[in-house]
Amino acid sequence: MIHTGHESMIVRRSAALVIPLVQLFGLYVLFFGQYGPGGGFVGGVMLAASLIAGILVFGPDGQPAATAKKLLKTDGLGLLIFAGVGGLCLIGGGAFLNYSSMQLPGLDDPTRRYLGIVLTQIGVAADIAVAAVSIVFSLYSASSNEVSDG
Amino acid sequence: MTYSFELLLLVLLILTAGGAIVVKDLISAVVILGSYSFFLALVWAWLGAVDVAFVEAVVGAGLATVFFLLTLFGTAPKDTLIRRTPPPIAAVIALPLLGLLLLYAADDLPAFGDLQAPASVHVSPFYLENSFSDTHTPNVVTAVLMDYRALDTMMETAVIFTAGIACWLILRRRVS
Repeated sequence: MIHTGHESMIVRRSAALVIPLVQLFGLYVLFFGQYGPGGGFVGGVMLAASLIAGILVFGPDGQPAATAKKLLKTDGLGLLIFAGVGGLCLIGGGAFLNYSSMQLPGLDDPTRRYLGIVLTQIGVAADIAVAAVSIVFSLYSASSNEVSDG
Repeated sequence: MTYSFELLLLVLLILTAGGAIVVKDLISAVVILGSYSFFLALVWAWLGAVDVAFVEAVVGAGLATVFFLLTLFGTAPKDTLIRRTPPPIAAVIALPLLGLLLLYAADDLPAFGDLQAPASVHVSPFYLENSFSDTHTPNVVTAVLMDYRALDTMMETAVIFTAGIACWLILRRRVS
């Protein structure tokens, strides 16, 4: 029942309308996390949720699922970004994840920390989005074999 | 005024939590759990923990529900109906007693918003006073999570990465 996507015209059209809005709001939450509630975790989950909605509505052969499958190849990239920012701080001569020792010319300490927070939040969001989408694909592959076995 | 709204939320929380346990069909239980998460998010927002409320609404009510439903769709229809055995007598006697004990202990907790509470005199004043000048980040929660406690957050990210990998390794079937 969930392996073909949804046939209803209403569901497909409304999903096509809502999914870009969810993605936009997810990006807003991700980058507005320093000024209001939100941040990398919630933003990543919302980006993943938009992809998951696309997979559920348009089926595992649809366009969102193809995008999500390409995205799965970047698993671990988010963690790499986070740890890489920490490594940049090490190279700059400071403690791990002490953003003020990133070697960026022309910036004062608070601005470096601000930039470090933005970069690590992008890392968290990428990690969580890919992890959530990969769990959905795992559940799909588990259930699809159940169906073909039974 | 405020008290009545809190009471309403608390009643709804208990109703949805109990409903998720009592209901016979697992899919209904999952949907009721989603509404429970939503009411819990309202409680967090009411208490001023907006970031926690956001996470609860998105993850608890959204993502977890989808995961549960996908798992249920992978099972046979007979698995979604549950036969319940009556709880053991010892649990029926012991759990209300434990609840009373916890209520008795809750009397010693500091009042909500107490300025002299241990949580608000230790490191919170430092964060509240310095986080903006240190990081130019108005949201103190983000500054603490992503800068002062960045190593913890990195390990949390590693945990989620590991969870995704582990699900893939356990659930993936070889495509022949």
